Formats: sequence, C-alpha cells, structure tokens
Amino acid sequence: MSPTVRPDGVSPPPLLQAVHLTLEYQTERGPLRAVDNVSFDVQKSERLVLLGPSGCGKSSILKALAGFIRPSGGRILLDGREIAGPGPDRLVVFQEFDQLLPWKTVKENVAFPLKVARGRSSSEASKLAAEMLAKVGLERVLDDYPHTLSGGMKQRAAIARALAAAPEILLMDEPFAALDALTRATLQKDLLRLAHDMQFTLVFVTHSIEEAVLIGTRLHLLSARPGKTIATIETARFGPDDLGTPEFQSVVGEINGALFTQTASIAA
Amino acid sequence: MTDQTAETPTTSVPIGLVRARLRIASLTRSGAFRRMVVLTGLAAAWQIAAVIAANPLLFPSLTQTLSALWDALLQEDLALSAIASLSILLKGYILAIVIAALLVSFATANAYAREALLTLTAMFNPLPAIALLPLAMLWFGIGEASVIFVLVHSVLWPFALAALSGFEAVPETQRLVGRNYGLSGARYVAYILVPSALPSIISGLKIGWAFAWRTLIAAELVFGVSSSKGGLGWFIFRNRNELFTDKVFAGLVAVIAIGLVVEFGLFRAVEANTVRRWGMQR
Repeated sequence: MSPTVRPDGVSPPPLLQAVHLTLEYQTERGPLRAVDNVSFDVQKSERLVLLGPSGCGKSSILKALAGFIRPSGGRILLDGREIAGPGPDRLVVFQEFDQLLPWKTVKENVAFPLKVARGRSSSEASKLAAEMLAKVGLERVLDDYPHTLSGGMKQRAAIARALAAAPEILLMDEPFAALDALTRATLQKDLLRLAHDMQFTLVFVTHSIEEAVLIGTRLHLLSARPGKTIATIETARFGPDDLGTPEFQSVVGEINGALFTQTASIAA
Repeated sequence: MTDQTAETPTTSVPIGLVRARLRIASLTRSGAFRRMVVLTGLAAAWQIAAVIAANPLLFPSLTQTLSALWDALLQEDLALSAIASLSILLKGYILAIVIAALLVSFATANAYAREALLTLTAMFNPLPAIALLPLAMLWFGIGEASVIFVLVHSVLWPFALAALSGFEAVPETQRLVGRNYGLSGARYVAYILVPSALPSIISGLKIGWAFAWRTLIAAELVFGVSSSKGGLGWFIFRNRNELFTDKVFAGLVAVIAIGLVVEFGLFRAVEANTVRRWGMQR
C-alpha cells in the first residue's frame, strides 16, 4: 500500500522516517534477524501503530527509534536528520510498571526528565509536573511513592512523565498489555483524549488488533520473524465510540485475515 | 498481643480506657517495643543465671557488670578506649568504601575488571582479615597502619561484592529510562544506578560495619596494638590479665552496645527513610 497522501494531495515532509530498516541481534548461533527491510513515515500529529504477532520485531523497531539499538541496515531520520543514540526528543512509555523510579514520588518522577533533559529549574519542573498529572487524573497522588499505586495509575504517571517533557515524538511499547481489560479500555480512551487535546505524534506498538484500530490513525502490519511489512491500513476514522460497529469489526476481521494468511504461509 | 486490638470496646467502657487500650495496642505493634521486650528478657536471664552460679570472678551478674561499666566510664579510660577504637574503625571503613567504589566503577565499565574483582573477592572474602595482621605488622610495623590495613581488607571485599551485585540487578527498564533522558557517565550512575542499587549498597555497608568491628576488636585483643592509646579490645585484654572479670564484661557490653546503636540507630533508620519507604525493601 502507498504511504499517506493527504486529501489535498500534498504530503508534508515526515517527522520521522524509517528507511529500509533491518535489525539483527547477536546470539550464540550467529546473528538473528528480527526485522527485515521495513520502511515507514510518520507525519506530525499522526498516530502510527506497529501491529504484528509476537516476535515480529515490533518492539525492536521501537527500541531502534528510541536509539537503544543500532540498526544493522537502513536509517532512521527525525526531522530529516539521522538519529544518533537515545535522546529526550523521543520519549518512551514502556510496558513494565517499574519504569517509574521507585525512589521518587509521582510528581518527582514527572519532574525528573524536565530537570535533567530539558534544563528546567526545580520549581518550574514541579509546577509543570503537577499540571500534567492533573490532566491524567493523578492530582491526588502527587506526593505518593510509585509502589503505592495501582498498575493503571503507574501507566498514567508514565504517560504524564513522557508528555510533560514535550518530546517531538512519543513512543509506546505495549503500554496497556499488563492491565486488566477495564483499566485498559479507560486508558485507551484517555490516551485518545490527550492526543486530541495535545496533538502529539505517536508510534504505538501492540499485538491487539482492536487496540491498534482504536488508537492508530494508520497501522503498519508486520509478519512473524523476521518482521516484514505486510500492509499499511488507514484507521483514522475510528474512535472509541466505534468499538463493535460492523465497519470496525470488518476492519478487524480483514487485519486478522491478513496476519493469519501470512503466518499460515510461513508455517507451510 | 493482637487480641487487644481485636477486642471491640463497648459503650459501657469509659472513653479514657479505650484510648489507653488503643495506645497499648499501637505500642505492642511497634518493632522498638518488641526489641525492648527481647532485651529485657535476655537481661533477666543473665541476672538469674549469674545469681545461681554465684561466682562473680568467672561470671559477674548484670548489675555487677553495669556498676563496673559505670566505674570504668567515670574513673577509667573506657570512654577514651571506645573513642580510640571508633576513630580507627572509621578511618579503615571509609578508606575501604572509597577503594570499593573505585573498583566497582571499573568493574561495571570493563569485563576484565569485573572478572578481576570477582576473582579477588572469591579469594579474599573467606580469608579472615585478622589472619593478615602478622603480615601487616611485618610490612607496616606495630601501629595504626597495620590495623587499618586489616580493617580495609575486612570491609572492602564484602562491600564491593554487595555493591556490584546491586548495580548488576538494576532493572533493564530503569536503565532504559535513564538512557532515554540522555543520561550517561557520572550522571547516569548518580541518578539511576546508585539509587536503584541502594538496598544492596546499604546491606553491604551493614555487613562491612559488622566485619570491621569484629576485626578491630580481635586485632586489639590479640596484639594489643591499636596504637599507644589502646582501644576497647585492649581494655578487655588488660582487665582479663588482672582478673577484673566484671570489667571484662563491661568492655564486652560496650562493644555490643555500640554495635546495637549503629545497627538500629543508624542503619535501620536510614533504611526506614529510604528503601523501605520507597517499597524497594520490605
């Protein structure tokens, strides 16, 4: 499928570009290819979802975008410049609850990147942190330590921490996968509300088709290892109210079919 | 103990009594209270055993020991001895921790340095530090330098091992968070690695302190050389020679008391305000 073309026919220069990205891990039995020649663009304020079965390398792609692992082939460009290592212009929300630093209160956690990566003063950082935490509904636990919070609250705090530091692009690695279904649904809605209000750019990794269709404005489907591009699908028309509508279900079914065919053909 | 808290006060009980009961209930739940009960029990057992044995020359009672302790504090040099011991102890302890911090930094940065540290630790950790004292006296003469040498040896290896395992156990996600903010080098160590490894670091400090304390007393006892001032071990040794058994006991009580104060007054307090408060240690 072709990359995004805006209704007016003009594509603005992409914020983030992955060009012929190939990722390999060194193992005892030699190099293991996790991702094979994957390319995609992310426009400003777009929400790109990387969707694929377990082991398709979608988390590896996110780690490469964050600069944690170096591509063995291809390039990653942010604002047209090749990225060199990790940096606060690309902040990550992880799946693991221990991403909040246990020795800092909720507010200190959110203020931390503002201070060390954005050069804000302590009082500025503290004020911004409190404001952002109020936006995610955590104004009552500002001075609590993370271990006293529920899983959903921890993920909210992690989202607030990333957004408060105003990254150029927000990277989320299955952030809701360890939550119960009810909390997950609430956080998905809240994330969409924040995206609507703040217009941040997002790359979101998930293995849940429903979550992908709900969160993303565009999905990038990946095959099982080594991850290759299967298809790119526009899903910007779906919002939280469309869950379970026939059109939503048909898109989910279509994606399911695409992923299943791919897996079946590999198994054959 | 918990029966009191489970008991529901009825309306016929005066409110003052209810408050008193609640206060007692919260008292019995505190660790300090349980500790006092245990210490009182031990003291009573000692006193009774000594009264039955009725041989103060070999086994003085608690009250005799306490009165000897009081005399030694007022009229003799027990306090000075304790200060002499503690000052030499602190020198060795701090020096060892500085050296360990350097070794662990090298070990986290380089695979060969790590292997070297692990090998040295495996070699020296089981070796009682006091066994090196004869050699130390050959090298550094009879005096403070020799004692500091064995003290460093007794603290360095267990502390370095604890700190290194603490650094290596820092969760991958927290490492990535630090790198995500562009932290590297000293800032990465100070903001991420040290706080995350703090439970192991404190535990290493505690082990190191206990090892240092027992090594020092042993060194002073066996060789009586903790400089011309003489420390607690020397105080015990001297009084044993003169068969002042109650003063020997007083010296031992002083050793134990200082150990308890450091353990509960310093290390437990630090833990309660850091790693326990943060939920990193139960």
